[in-house]
Amino acid sequence: MTLVTGTGAYTPKPGAAPLPRMIAAQAALETKMLLRNGEQLLLTVVIPTLLLVLFSSVDIVDTGAGRAVDFLTPGVLALAVMSTAFTGQAIATGFERRYGVLKRLAASPLPRWGLMTAKTVSVLVTEVLQIVLLTVIAFALGWSPQGNPFAVLLLLVLGTAAFSGLGLLMAGTLKAEATLAAANLVFLLLLVGGGVVVPLEKFPAGAQDVLGLLPISALSGGLRDVLQHGAGMPWGDLGILAVWAVAGLAAAGKFFRWE
Amino acid sequence: MRSEPVVQVQALVKRYGAKTAVDGLDLVAQAGVTAVLGPNGAGKTTTVETCEGYRRPDSGTVRVLGLDPVRQSAALRPRIGVMLQSGGVYSGARADEMLRHVARLHAHPLDVDALIERLGLGSCGRTPYRRLSGGQQQRLAFAMAVVGRPELLFLDEPTAGLDPQARRTTWDLVRDLRADGVSVILTTHHMEEAEQLADDVAIIDAGRVIAQGSPEELCRGGAENTLRFTGRPGLDVGSLLKALPADCTAAELTPGAYRVVGKVDPQLLATVTSWCAQNGVMPDRISVERHTLEDVFLELTGKELRS
Repeated sequence: MTLVTGTGAYTPKPGAAPLPRMIAAQAALETKMLLRNGEQLLLTVVIPTLLLVLFSSVDIVDTGAGRAVDFLTPGVLALAVMSTAFTGQAIATGFERRYGVLKRLAASPLPRWGLMTAKTVSVLVTEVLQIVLLTVIAFALGWSPQGNPFAVLLLLVLGTAAFSGLGLLMAGTLKAEATLAAANLVFLLLLVGGGVVVPLEKFPAGAQDVLGLLPISALSGGLRDVLQHGAGMPWGDLGILAVWAVAGLAAAGKFFRWE
Repeated sequence: MRSEPVVQVQALVKRYGAKTAVDGLDLVAQAGVTAVLGPNGAGKTTTVETCEGYRRPDSGTVRVLGLDPVRQSAALRPRIGVMLQSGGVYSGARADEMLRHVARLHAHPLDVDALIERLGLGSCGRTPYRRLSGGQQQRLAFAMAVVGRPELLFLDEPTAGLDPQARRTTWDLVRDLRADGVSVILTTHHMEEAEQLADDVAIIDAGRVIAQGSPEELCRGGAENTLRFTGRPGLDVGSLLKALPADCTAAELTPGAYRVVGKVDPQLLATVTSWCAQNGVMPDRISVERHTLEDVFLELTGKELRS
């Protein structure tokens, strides 16, 4: 029974690839899947770009004093982060869970934390592509950013962490279809009510206080303080994002179901 | 020569809410091909998924290649290949892309192009997974289980929904894997698959192993087999009975049609034909009906396998 009589083509030679190679391969595949998906591109590229171009050139929303593009670009950058880290990641991960991709990968040599690291790398790569594209367009529209690039980077990283936690929480607990619907709905609501293209000052005072605590408002507000008004470290907004990040990632870690 | 068992399951219990899926199951699988056979809902998939580390036993112990599949998962996962019953692939991924990806997660993968050709996956081309046929999806899942050169393969209903030709392709590859020293645990409710491939068959019903052995042992053991022959009517059945082993019965069912029921082996056949020779009987037709695993299963459980 243990006699080996074959040609040797399939002789066992098991082993995991080195971790960095596994994570890089996983991140590359995830990014490729995302860029290939039409609906994802609509959310992450088409909508932010359209909003930036449209609202900068046509005076639809009163964006307050100063040029529209200086107001809009920070908001649209925040929207780009949300679209990838939250909406896109939630929908993609929800369907990966539904179709057994997460289950199958859980039996591969790639550890779960490695899979999550790869997802984060994939989100960051996508964000870099989005930010490059949106920045180029904004400059073409006459954008003149201010402020400390390090503060911008910190806001983007904390925003990504906050939205990733919430996106994974949704993907790991709801059914894939529910995630699809809810993630799109949240995207739309936060687009309108999160200071992305509509200034929070347009809302009643009571609503402003609540809306200001949303991660999207903290991210768009923080980016605007720095990029439009040249503020230093927007500690308040960074604090709000940090709380969302810790709470969201902890809840996702606790409640995420792989199947 | 028997080496260390590849899978050892002892008194495994697994419940989902009020439903007991696996109810004190014991299973030892040696190197080679072991088929886990049983009707839908018998506990096959739960047992296999516990071995793969997906489920924690409610009680009992599971060892795979000597390791605890949950606590020593990191050491075990590179050494096993897993084929899920369905899914497991990004809906937008192409077959070769996904297979290459799984290969990259392993240190010494098989040649992906050769595997694609071997399993006839070349025709998938640039089609995304969600638009592949069921058979193509099935063969891709098999390829993904094999590509990392595992010591032990878990195949959950590997040929469900395959056409006969694709089934044969899969069977041939399982035989080649076995010949190269890969051990295989496969679940199936196709009797023929177990008979064709398995060194050892464990029959599962209602969350327990109710019989285990090689297909030959199972078909012989306990089960009654039948030998029929035709000759001239009115032969002396009593004299035939005397020539036969004590636990056999013999009868003339209709004039000239005789039936012997008992443990049918070459010796019994020789006994019957030599009795015929001594009595000047030329049996026009002589046939042996051996039990199949299907009959064994029916006798053991009172149920059809494909219910």
